[in-house]
Amino acid sequence: MPEPATTDTARPERKMTPKSIVIWTLVALVGATGWGVLALSRGEEISAAWLLAAALGSYAIAYRFYSKFIANRVLKVDKKRATPAERLDNGVDFHPTDRRVLFGHHFAAVAGAGPLVGPVLAAQMGYLPGTIWIVAGVIFAGAVQDMVVLFFSTRRDGRSLGQMARDEIGPFGGAAALIAVFVIMIILLAVLALVIVNALAHSPWGVFSIAMTIPIALFMGVYLRILRPGRVTEVSVIGVALLLFAIVSGRWVAESSWAEAFTLAPSSLVIWMVVYGFLASVLPVWMLLAPRDYLSTFMKVGTIVLLALGVVVALPTLKMDSVTDFATNGQGPVFSGSMFPFVFITIACGALSGFHALVSSGTTPKMVQKETQVRLIGYGSMLTESFVAIMAVICACILEPGLYFAINSPAGALGPTLESASEFVKGIGFAITPEQLAKAAEEVGEQTVVAKTGGAPTFAFGMSEIFSAVVGGAGMKAFWYHFAIMFEALFILTTVDAGTRVGRFMLQDTLGNVWKPLRDVSWKPGVWLASAVVVGGWGYFLWVGVHDPLGGINQLFPLFGIANQLLAAVALAVCTTLLIKSGRLKWAWVTGIPLLWDAAVTLTASWQKVFSDDPKVGFFAQRDVYQKALDSGAESFGTAKNRDAMETIVTNSTVDGVLCAIFAILILVVLADATRVCVKAIRNPGSAEIKEAPYVESKIVAPAGLWPTAEEKAELAAAAAVAGGGSSGDGSSGDGDGTSGGTPVAAGKS
Amino acid sequence: MALLRQVRHWWRELSGEAVYDRYAAHARAHGQVPKSRREFERERMDAREADPREGFRCC
Repeated sequence: MPEPATTDTARPERKMTPKSIVIWTLVALVGATGWGVLALSRGEEISAAWLLAAALGSYAIAYRFYSKFIANRVLKVDKKRATPAERLDNGVDFHPTDRRVLFGHHFAAVAGAGPLVGPVLAAQMGYLPGTIWIVAGVIFAGAVQDMVVLFFSTRRDGRSLGQMARDEIGPFGGAAALIAVFVIMIILLAVLALVIVNALAHSPWGVFSIAMTIPIALFMGVYLRILRPGRVTEVSVIGVALLLFAIVSGRWVAESSWAEAFTLAPSSLVIWMVVYGFLASVLPVWMLLAPRDYLSTFMKVGTIVLLALGVVVALPTLKMDSVTDFATNGQGPVFSGSMFPFVFITIACGALSGFHALVSSGTTPKMVQKETQVRLIGYGSMLTESFVAIMAVICACILEPGLYFAINSPAGALGPTLESASEFVKGIGFAITPEQLAKAAEEVGEQTVVAKTGGAPTFAFGMSEIFSAVVGGAGMKAFWYHFAIMFEALFILTTVDAGTRVGRFMLQDTLGNVWKPLRDVSWKPGVWLASAVVVGGWGYFLWVGVHDPLGGINQLFPLFGIANQLLAAVALAVCTTLLIKSGRLKWAWVTGIPLLWDAAVTLTASWQKVFSDDPKVGFFAQRDVYQKALDSGAESFGTAKNRDAMETIVTNSTVDGVLCAIFAILILVVLADATRVCVKAIRNPGSAEIKEAPYVESKIVAPAGLWPTAEEKAELAAAAAVAGGGSSGDGSSGDGDGTSGGTPVAAGKS
Repeated sequence: MALLRQVRHWWRELSGEAVYDRYAAHARAHGQVPKSRREFERERMDAREADPREGFRCC
C-alpha cells in the first residue's frame, strides 16, 4: 500500500509564537534541572520535588512534541474521518463520547495495582534506575503503544488486539497471541492475589476491613439492581461512607477480643482467596463485580488525586540512595538479577504495559469521538499512569532504607525475630534496630512489618507518612496505612474477579471448538468447570508463592513482569506490522524500536531465568543446587529449613523455569510470524492488504486536545451557527468552551 | 448555580450515571420508545455477564 496522504489535520506546522517558545523553553529547563539534581546528587538526601520536576517536565515536552509528531506525521489522524462511535452510534456501546469524559474512563480502566507495586520493588536498586525507565519508557514505548493500538483499533471498528493479530499477521501468530494472553492472565492474577495475601497476613485490621467490602458490595448490588436501578451516585456515596467506616472500625476489631478470629496465616488466606475468587466469578455480575467496580474506581481515582496533592504539599525527602549496589551486583533481596534486564521487567506497568493494549482495543475505541483525540486519550492517559508509578517510587524511597529492606526481603532471609531481621538488614549494608522495627509496626497498627513483601505494605507505609504529614499528624498514620491497603486490596480483588471471568471466557471460547456446549456462557456446568480451571490455575501459583521458602514475590514477580512485557511485545509487533502494511515503512521505527528494546529485555530476562548458572537468578540452576543437596542427604540448605522445603523449591523452580521458556517461545513465534508478514509487505508493497473500515466523512466538530485551539473554536462556532442558534442542547450549557459533548454537531445531525 | 450544574453534568458523565439518559435521548431521536431504566440497566448487566471482556480493567 502507498503511504496515506497527509491529512488536513497534519498540515505543516505553523511557526511557534515567541510566547510559546518562551513557555516551552522554561518547561524544558524545569525538567532538565530536575534530572540534573537527580543525577548529580551523591550521598545527600534530596527533595522529592526534583523527581516531580524531572518527570512532569519530561511528560510535558513529550506530549507537546513527540505525541503530536506521532499523531500528525506517523498515524496521520484525520479529523474529517468518522470514527466507529459516530458511524455505528447505537447510544450504548458505540457512542461519541466527550474527550474529557473518555480520558477519565480510559485512565480508570488502565490504572491498577501494577504501577504501584513494580516501582516499589525496583526501588531496591535506588530511585534513579526506576525513575529513568518509568519516564523514558512511557514516553518512547508505553504511551506510544497505547496510542497507536487505540488508533488502529478505532480504524477497525474497535477490533480487539487478538483479532487484529489474527487479521493482520495470520492465524498462527494470532493463536500464539491468544495463548499468551491466557497464560499471562493466570500469572497476573496469582501475583496480584499474592500481594494481597502478603499485605493481609496476620493483620486483623486489614482482614476485617476487606471482608466488610463484600457485604457493602452486595448491598450496593441489590440497591442498583432492585431498589434504584442505575443511581450510581447515591449508592457510591453510601458505599464509600460505609467503606471508610469499615477502615475505622477495623481498629476496634483489632483491639478487641475478636482480633483472634480475623488474624489469618497466609495459607488460610490463600484458601479464602480461592473460595472467594470462584464464588465471585460465578455469581451474577450485578451482585458483586459491578458494585465493587464502582467502589474501587472511586477509591482509586480519589486516592491517586489525594496522593498527588499530598506529595506536592508535603514534598518529602528521599532517603534511599540514588543507585544502590544491587543495581550492578544483582544480589538484591527483593528480586534477584541485575539492572538490565530486571529493572525493566519489574517496573512493567508504570512504563509499558501489555494489558493496556487490551483496553485500548476494547471499550475505548468504540467511544472515541474524533480520530484526533487518540493523542489525548491514549498517550495522555498513559502519561498519567506513569505519574502514578513515579509517586510509588517516592512512597518507597522516603522510607528509611533499612526499613524498606526489612519490609521487602523474604521471610526466610529475615528470620523469625526482629533481632534476626535487623541483623539481616545490617548484613546487606543498611541499618535498622529491632526497636525501630517494633515502633514502625506499632505506628501503623500492625503486629509486625517485617517481611511484608509484595510492595503494597511499603507503598501504604510511604503513603501514610506523606498523608499524616499533611493531615492529622502521627495519630492518623495507622488510619492512612489501612486506607492505602484497603484501596489496593479493593481493586486487586476486583481484578481477580474480572480477570477470572475473562480467563474463563477465553477458555470456554477455545474449548468450545472441541466440544460445542462449552462455548455456551449460560450453561452453568460449563461456566463452573471453566471457572474452577482458571481459579485452580492462579490458586496453584498463589499457594506456591505463599509457601516458597525463597519468597513468593522474589520468585513470581519476575515471571509476571516477563509475561506483561511479552504481551506488550505482541501489541508492538501488531502496531509495527500495521505501520509497514499501511505504507508507513519510514515511520515503522516509532513502534519498531520500542519493540526491539522490549524483545531484548524480555528475551534476555527469560534467557537468564532459564539458563543462568547463578542459582539466585536461573530457575534450573536453583533446581540443580537443591536437588544435589537432597541427593546428598542434607537436612537443610540455604533458606530451606527441612527436606520438604527443599523438595518444594525443586518443584517450584522447575514449573517456573518451564513457564519462562514457554513465554519466550510464544514471543518468538509471534515475532517470527510478524517479521514474515512485514518482509512480504516490504518486498511487494502492492500485495499488502489492510482491513480498515472504509472512509466516511465525519459530521462532528470537536477539539482534539484538552483545550480547544483558536482555530478549533472558530470551527465550533461555525458548526454551531449552522446547527442554528448555537444552543448546545445536551443540558450541559455554560461549559466555558462551548464544546460539551461535541455538540454543535449532535444538534447538527438531527 | 451554573457551576453546580456543570459539576453535576461532569460527575454524571464520569460516573456512568448518564448512560441511560444518553441511550434514551438516542432512542427518542430515532423515533423509538426507550426502554425503562430498570430494563435498560438489566440488559447492560446481562451483556457484561455474557462477555466479560467488555469493561475489563488492568492490572
